[in-house]
Amino acid sequence: MADRIFVYIDHHLGEAVVASWEALYAASTIAASMSSGVTALVVGDGVRSLAEEAIAHGASAAVVRESPSLKDFRPELYADVVSGVLKESRPEVLVLPTTGRTRELGAMVAVDLDTGVTPDAIALEVEESAVVATRPIYAGKLLTKEVSRTRRPQIVMVRSRAFPRPTPDTARKGPVDVAAVTPGASATEVLGYRASDGGVSLTDASVIVSGGRGVSNNGRLTPPPEITDEKQQEIWRAHQGFELIRQMASVLGAAVGASRAAVDAGYIPYSNQVGQTGKVVAPDLYIACGISGAIQHLAGMRTSKTIVAINKDPEAPIFKLARFGIVGDLYEIVPALTEAFRTQLGK
Amino acid sequence: MARPRLGAGGQEDDLNIVVCVKQTPDTAATVTVENGKVTWGDAPLVLNPWDEFAVEQSLRIKEAHGGKVTVISLGLEGAREALKQALAMGCDEAILLQDPSFAAADTLVASAALAAALRKLDPLDLALFGRTSVDSDTGVTAAQVARRLGWPSLTLVAAVVAVDPQGRTIEVERMLEEGRQQVRAQLPAVVSVVKEIGEPRYPSFMGIRKASKAEIPTWSAADMGLQAPSPAVTWPALIAPPRVNTHCEMISADSPGEAAAQLVQRLMEEKVL
Repeated sequence: MADRIFVYIDHHLGEAVVASWEALYAASTIAASMSSGVTALVVGDGVRSLAEEAIAHGASAAVVRESPSLKDFRPELYADVVSGVLKESRPEVLVLPTTGRTRELGAMVAVDLDTGVTPDAIALEVEESAVVATRPIYAGKLLTKEVSRTRRPQIVMVRSRAFPRPTPDTARKGPVDVAAVTPGASATEVLGYRASDGGVSLTDASVIVSGGRGVSNNGRLTPPPEITDEKQQEIWRAHQGFELIRQMASVLGAAVGASRAAVDAGYIPYSNQVGQTGKVVAPDLYIACGISGAIQHLAGMRTSKTIVAINKDPEAPIFKLARFGIVGDLYEIVPALTEAFRTQLGK
Repeated sequence: MARPRLGAGGQEDDLNIVVCVKQTPDTAATVTVENGKVTWGDAPLVLNPWDEFAVEQSLRIKEAHGGKVTVISLGLEGAREALKQALAMGCDEAILLQDPSFAAADTLVASAALAAALRKLDPLDLALFGRTSVDSDTGVTAAQVARRLGWPSLTLVAAVVAVDPQGRTIEVERMLEEGRQQVRAQLPAVVSVVKEIGEPRYPSFMGIRKASKAEIPTWSAADMGLQAPSPAVTWPALIAPPRVNTHCEMISADSPGEAAAQLVQRLMEEKVL
């Protein structure tokens, strides 16, 4: 009998994202109360090995659907395949990780099957044979429980880092159903990819070091004489400050974040922004440097396990959320802290 | 398939663009739960900040190619203010979608209503969205609308590289976790944008005057020939998130080096490192 819970394994060009294994773990927490195993669903081109990986990470079985035209993720084609498998196997729950790809995929499959979709779940429980998901709304200022009581399957996407990554056990075995599919024509053509700057991704990071407006606040730094514009001088100072933050991040293997104020001031690209109109993150350790703590920034990082704040202003709201605080000049504290981490971590 | 068509202005290059927006509480609002309902106190309701970028992007495409931008919103009477904001920025027309069957709308209902409006406005070239709304924060509506219409879905767009009204294509750069992805799709298409497309413009004085006088028609489900689906999901509980920490341990020392050493020691003791 087919499992009542399916987990979609998201991957980029055949390489699984860690969040997929977290989704498997999330599914395993509800599997017992639904008296079901967990079937991994893998769609792509040449992705059979992901089935073995999924089983090692806790899946009891795997379904693999392959086609050369599924090499690049195109949501329309992937949704056709996933909806087809679900119509045939009729599971009660589909769990996905929440990524840029799966947000589209889950959305489309929900339309195909006329059912609900809940992205960014941070907790799952089973209540009267329905999965009740908890998800943040208003960028985490509130949480809501969300459930689809009557439609099946329920589609639940779990947020990155909300569930632990299971330890893989390559000795685990399970049945793998592999089949070729022939997707229809697509109105979309993927032309290519451009890798990001190679730094650690904010949403995956277990440690984040962030800078705010305060990173430009150093009158002792003298910009080179060719920079005469006051605004450009400010940005130059900010770059020196973010360089210190990058050094600390590099020692910690951390991602670099920023407040909206720092992004809006042109100090650092938007892709680094943490907050309600940036990325919502939940690392184990969040070090906020020169960030006062506007409500929209706090909304994006408040669920971090441990928050450290470094700020000149002892009244800065960030200290209300922080576990540890240092009042002082980040231009002095950050390099000292980088050294202390380096010594401690033996780097 | 590539086929020339006459656009909104009767010119072959003219584009017929719709931008879908939502009214949300300001991001500076303190949002709490009161008697089981969400409240944001006296905080103002605004055009969803992400949608400002969608409005900006649609106006830029219109300025480059000619055509018309219609802004639509699913919402209560108050949503007229969000529509007026978009008109003041430069959109040409606005429509409010309102019906008792849209109450307690989940994304399934919202996407059905928006797709019905887009069908009624067809022939169209593009429907733009912000990447998500800052209230319910699902980020799935654009893709659901695309699915309902059978249009390509291009979400998380950081740059519109080219629109070719004659060849009926759009080329964009999308922001994925792994980096940027370049994609070309056939028109009509759904596009959701992120902040990197560039700063939204401020409404002009003339725009504000025009918006204040604008007639905004209301379309009901029946007007659009829609039998709205019933919502699939319900929200049995709203929870104020638990306070993470109430006490901040301040580390003070005579020198930055000492403060740093103390902090690292405390992080070790608490097994953070």
